[in-house]
Order: sequence, then structure tokens, then C-alpha cells
Amino acid sequence: MTQPTPPPKRTAKEKIGTPRPPMREQPPLERARNFLEVPFGYGPEQAMVEAERCLACGKPHCMEGCPVGNDIPTFLRQIAEGNFAGAARTMKETNLLPAICGRVCPQETQCEALCVIGKRGEPIAIGRLERFIGDWERESGAVEVPECAAPTGRKVAIIGSGPAGLTCAADVARAGHRVVVYEALQKPGGVLRYGIPEFRLPKAIIDAELTLLERMGVEIRCNEVIGMTDTIDELLVEEGYDAVFVATGAGLPWFLGIPGENALGVYSANEFLTRTNLMGAWRFPEYDTPVQRLNVVATIGGGNVAMDAARTALRLGAERSLIVYRRGLDELPARAEEVHHAQEEGVEFHLLTNPVEILSDARTGWVQALRCQRMELGEPDASGRRRPSPVPDSEFDLALGTVIIAIGNAPNPLIPRTTPDLDVSRKGQIVVDQESMKSSKRGVFAGGDIVRGAATVILAMGDGRRAAASINEYLESGKW
Amino acid sequence: MPRILRTELLAPRIRRYVVAAPKIARKRRAGQFVLVSPHPHGERIPLTISDADPDEGSITLIVQEAGKTTAEMALLEAGDELTDVVGPLGQPTHIVRLGHVVGVAGGIGIAPLYPILEAMQQAGNKVSVILGARSVEYLILEKEVRALGVDLTLCTDDGSRGRKGFVTEALGEMMASGQAIHQVVAIGPAIMMKFVCEVTRPQAIPTIVSLNPIMVDGTGMCGGCRVQVGNEAKFACVDGPEFDGHLVDFDLLMRRQAMYREQERQAMERFAAKDHTCQLEGV
Ligand SMILES: Cc1cc2nc3c(=O)[nH]c(=O)nc-3n(C[C@H](O)[C@H](O)[C@H](O)COP(=O)(O)OP(=O)(O)OC[C@H]3O[C@@H](n4cnc5c(N)ncnc54)[C@H](O)[C@@H]3O)c2cc1C
Ligand code: SF4
Ligand code: FES
Repeated sequence: MTQPTPPPKRTAKEKIGTPRPPMREQPPLERARNFLEVPFGYGPEQAMVEAERCLACGKPHCMEGCPVGNDIPTFLRQIAEGNFAGAARTMKETNLLPAICGRVCPQETQCEALCVIGKRGEPIAIGRLERFIGDWERESGAVEVPECAAPTGRKVAIIGSGPAGLTCAADVARAGHRVVVYEALQKPGGVLRYGIPEFRLPKAIIDAELTLLERMGVEIRCNEVIGMTDTIDELLVEEGYDAVFVATGAGLPWFLGIPGENALGVYSANEFLTRTNLMGAWRFPEYDTPVQRLNVVATIGGGNVAMDAARTALRLGAERSLIVYRRGLDELPARAEEVHHAQEEGVEFHLLTNPVEILSDARTGWVQALRCQRMELGEPDASGRRRPSPVPDSEFDLALGTVIIAIGNAPNPLIPRTTPDLDVSRKGQIVVDQESMKSSKRGVFAGGDIVRGAATVILAMGDGRRAAASINEYLESGKW
Repeated sequence: MPRILRTELLAPRIRRYVVAAPKIARKRRAGQFVLVSPHPHGERIPLTISDADPDEGSITLIVQEAGKTTAEMALLEAGDELTDVVGPLGQPTHIVRLGHVVGVAGGIGIAPLYPILEAMQQAGNKVSVILGARSVEYLILEKEVRALGVDLTLCTDDGSRGRKGFVTEALGEMMASGQAIHQVVAIGPAIMMKFVCEVTRPQAIPTIVSLNPIMVDGTGMCGGCRVQVGNEAKFACVDGPEFDGHLVDFDLLMRRQAMYREQERQAMERFAAKDHTCQLEGV
């Protein structure tokens, strides 16, 4: 690959005054009907020009915004110099999966929110550059298989193959320990595989990361549900594992608890997305798993999961796809880019709208309408978000054929239920020491959504990293 | 991938599969099930474990051809592999000594019921079985159930074997005869379980049913398998599959089971249009 020449140097004022290069995207109406990725990503020239805008602050605020403390200024300097391999290495010191984080991190509330240029101009497009480096490394075949220390004879079981589990697997394998990842579903990747759709995170990226792990000697066993096929105690005692990392995620969907929720055509977002992404229902009947394709689809919720479901519905052929959310636009917890993309694609936002009942056809049992009430925003509550309250006598019905519930997930209870001496919070999260990720049970560590409740990919990865360090230390010292 | 060790045609469109799954064979308990997909593009369907041989490392599944996935399974033979066999899943049956337990099975419901009968008997219960089918050719596992030495009543809709009529009638008579019945375990089509529950309700005989809604992951992750039990929506894959039959909303279950009927039809047509037709007709 020929290296492009670095861009000319600019003054600080010029840097601040220059906007980011736009990222090319599939046109909204075209992409709303296919599953291909939406943005195309930066090319090398664009990436270098954008990275060169960095002011190389003495005290880089962006790093404080990054949950894993990526060395952002060094990484930007290396990109600006055209040293992509170096930039990839810098990034991977703290972030194993830049191609993924660049696509799914909420940068606008993390690193980019704190970038000083953002006060007067557009903050550096850190996320896009991170994606660029991850993609460059993969596509140019420059990926280096991390060296693993000589085998130690120790064995570590990792439960769950989402971002927390995979990150931990890599770091533990590097220390020379044998790693087996257990995954309940038929394919590894966790939410990255079954939840986040192809148009936002192409599965080829996850496959590449998994190949890398396998080349490092990590074994991934799918279709094994820990708690059922084997319990944690059996792994530790009978199977001879020296440590276990529990990264089973927050995979227990919440329902609204309103009348009519069991009607036909009402899905949890997890089911809707799993059928589509993991089971391949978007290619039905080539794949056998079906998903309902109906004209009008309402998704209840305002986070990333809701945006993914609403946009997936369009791609499955829905004529109208609605977001129903009880707060306002500013309160939507989804990444800004996802909201923007959804709007462009024609997703209708019914804000300050609270569903109170699902109405269905008495004869067939199929959903017919969603009864809603209008909401208004009051004073900010403890979380700082303005609390919505219903407007009296404001009920109305939205006619539709499918309802998707995307109001959040609780931690999966299978492991806590089958591991009696594991401390679990009232909300079902495994209790760990925040630094060492050690649970109440000797030899058992936990991280990611099973510890935090539904959080983010980067936090899960950070947990995986810290847990790995702590596991490696424990296996070395034997001290709990 | 799990290999099929043996298959056997038990009745028209009903087959027994013995599948190599050593770990599941060791771990499974009565009432649990596995999720199975026959090929990488397949749909995962729940199948109750009907028997297991820990020494051979195998589990037994009894499958009736109902849709595309089971029709595809019907084409598999000893030596072929299944893509996914996940389990054992679900809560095992609560096995305790109660006194007199009556098992009621309709059609292939006897397959999941069999291990429960065995366990109930081992726990010291007196066990009676009412086994029903459309006609004699659909009556399966009779020999195996007899071998348990339980009190067995056979019913067929057409009277071609045992008494003519439904299992509910035989159960009603047993209740009327004044025998003490401490628990009924009913497994079969939703409609049959519903009517069994209606029969036992007036005398408030505890009645356990095993539900088979559509499932996706089997780990509690999707909620697609939810069933209404009393005031609560329960996930059959992790909270069940067995529930108190007197609290189950069977009409809802039946509706949800039929949710993809149209897609099932499409899939079957597509499947039949391929060169499998002759083999299917041969069944
Ligand atoms: C649709 C959707 C969109 C999202 N979008 C974003 C986004 O844009 N940005 C962002 O930062 N975050 C996003 N999130 C959140 C993010 O994906 C999660 O915070 C993150 O994946 C958590 O990682 P994890 O490793 O803890 O668990 P998961 O990714 O949930 O992985 C857990 C894995 O463990 C497996 N498992 C569970 N129980 C068992 C068991 N008993 N035995 C074996 N295996 C088991 C599960 O099958 C799963 O594969 C999104 C979530 C969803 C659902
Ligand atoms: S990992 Fe996420 S938060 Fe950290 S620098 Fe990258 S985009 Fe920003
Ligand atoms: S099958 Fe998905 S929750 Fe039961």
C-alpha cells in the first residue's frame, strides 16, 4: 500500500476553523432498503487531514473522556504522519477492537465531547479515525498476531463471547494461559453479533477479530450454556479451570407490563434483532427463521437498541417505522449519529408519547393498535433528565401491525441462579471489586453488562482488560 | 457437531433419533429439553429429551414431522450430523413422593412424559398412565411404558386400540372411580392439555403441563417463548417448560404457536419444490 504524503501544517486558528471532512454515506432512501453499512469511512487522505487538526494539547481532555484511556493525541499524530501501523499499535495498547469502537462508541458524549476544539469549532472526529485505523489494519493485512508467552499450563474459562469476554480472552491468552470461551448461542460475538445490525457493524469485522483470537490459540465453544451444560462449580472443580470470567451480558429483556403485551406481533427488541441478525431472518426463506414483515411497525424506546430495531424494520420492508418515546428529542439516550441516520431514513419520531395499552384483533390475536398518552416534561429528576408526566385526557391510538419493545435489558440470571455463593445485587448484577473485577467467589471474576447492567461496548471491553490483568496476577501469585 | 447414532421410524412421520451428546446425556434430568437445528441456515426448535444413556453418551429425541425443520430432520440418517444441539435447558420436573401420580399423554407427548414417569416411579409414587393417539399406528412407546410396570390405559380416537375416545374421558372416569389422585402430569398438544386441565380443575387436582411455545435462544434472552401463567408472563425456556396447568392461558399459547403459519407454509412449499418430494412421499 502506498503511503499518502502528510498534509501541510496549519496554524491553530486554521485548524479550529476547518470542519471535519464529511464521511461519505449510502443515500438514505437507498440504504433504508438494504443491509449494507451506512457510512463508507474515511480514506487515508481524509484521515490524515483530519488528524492533523489536533492541537496536541499538553493536557489532553479527550483522553479523560475515554473510558479506557486511549492515548488519543499520540494516535492522531501518527495518523497525521501517515504512520498507520504505529497508530494501530498505539490504539491497541488500550483498545483491542478499534474498528468496532469507532463505529459504536458514543463519542459525542465521551472523547469528542471534551476535545477543546469543540468549544469553538467541530471536535476532532476521533471515532471516525479510530474506525479508519481499525479498517486499515484489517484490510491491508497488517494485523499482527499478538505474541503469546510460553504456555503456563493454567486454564481459564470465559463465559460469554461479547466484547468483555473477547477482550479478556486476548489478554489472558497473551500471558500464556489456555483460554476456552463458552457461548450459549450458535455464533460468538454477543450483542455485536445478535444485536447490532449489519448495516451499523458488518459481521466480517467481528469474524476477523475472532480469527485473530483463534490464531492466538483461544478456543471458542458455541452452544454451551453455562449454568445448564456445566455450572461454574463444575468448570472449577471437574473441568480443572484455574479461573473463570463471567461476561454473560444483560440479556433479559424488559417488557412494559401494559395490557396486551402478549399479542401476536409484539416482540422484544432482542427477539426481533436476534431473529434478523443471528438467525438470518432477513434472508428468509433462504434461512429458515422467520420474522414478521408488516406495514407499520412501532418501536418503543429511545436508545441504540430502539434505533437499531426501527431501522431494521425499514430494511425488512416496513412502510412506516415509528419510534415511540416518552421523553423528548434531547433526552434520547441513543448515539446522536444513530438518531440522525434514523431520521434521514424516514423513521418517524413520536416523542413525549407513552404507550399504555396494546390493542389486538379479538379473533386473530394480532396487534392492531398502540394506545398512547401524551406526555409533558417537568423538572429535572435525580438523574438530571426532565421527568415526563402524562397530559390528562390525551389518549390516542396509533394503528399498526408490529410492536417492538426496546426499553432495556436486565442481567441474565442463569449464572447467578446456578452459582449459590456468588453475590448478586438487588438488580441481579454480579457484585465485583471495581478494580480487580473479583467476585465474592474465589477464582471467579466478572465484567461487562452482567456487572453494570446494560452499558456500552467500550465499558465492557475495559472491564475485560482489567479482569484479564487481575486474572493473570491471580494465576501468578495464587493470592485472592 | 453432534452425530446421529441411530434413527427409527416409530409411526407415520414420527421418528426416534439417538444423538451423541455425552455431556447432555450425563446432565439432563426429567422434563428438560434441547434446542436443535439440523443445518447452519436452520431454525432452532426445542425438543424434549425423551431418554438418555450416559454410558453411550447419547440422548433420545422423538420428533414428529410438523414443519420444515422436522421434515428436514426426517431426511437425516445415522451418521449424519446436526448443527446445533444445545442443552439441557429448562427447569427439571419437580420430582417428589406425592402418592398417586397420573401421567396423561396425547400423541408424541408420551416422549417427554416418559422420563417423568420413570422418575416419579423411582421416587416411590404409584404411577398410572393414560396414553392416547389418533389410531393404533400413531401409538408410540407402548412397550417402553409397559416395561415400567405402571397401570396403563390406552385410548384411540377411532377405537383401533384400547378404548375409543379421548384421554380426558379416561381421566374423568379414573377421578370418578374414587381413586385418590395427587398429581396429574399432562403432555401433548396444547388443546389436549387445556381439556385435561378443565377435567382436573373442579376437584383441584394439581396438574402440571409442559409447554412448547416457539423458541429462539432458549436462555431467557428474547422473550419469544413467553406464556401467560396466572398474572405473570413467564419465559418457558428458563422458567418452564412445566407450569401449573390451571393457571396457563392455553388459547394464547395456541395463537402464539401459530404465529408464523404463513411463513411455515412458504418454507414447506419451497422445501417440497426441491428434490425432497419423493422422499417425503415415501414416508
Ligand atoms: C441492539 C443493541 C445496540 C447497542 N448499541 C450500542 C452502541 O451503539 N454502542 C455501545 O457502546 N453499546 C451498544 N449496546 C450495548 C452493548 O452492546 C453492550 O453494553 C455490550 O455488548 C456488553 O458486552 P458484554 O460482553 O458484557 O455482553 P454481551 O455483548 O451481551 O455478550 C454476552 C454473551 O454471553 C452469552 N451468554 C449469556 N449467558 C450465557 C451462559 N449462561 N453461558 C454461555 N454464554 C452465555 C450471550 O449469549 C452473549 O453472547 C447495544 C446493545 C444492543 C442490544
Ligand atoms: S474508545 Fe470510544 S471513547 Fe475512547 S477514544 Fe475511542 S471512540 Fe472515544
Ligand atoms: S426462547 Fe428466547 S427467552 Fe425463551
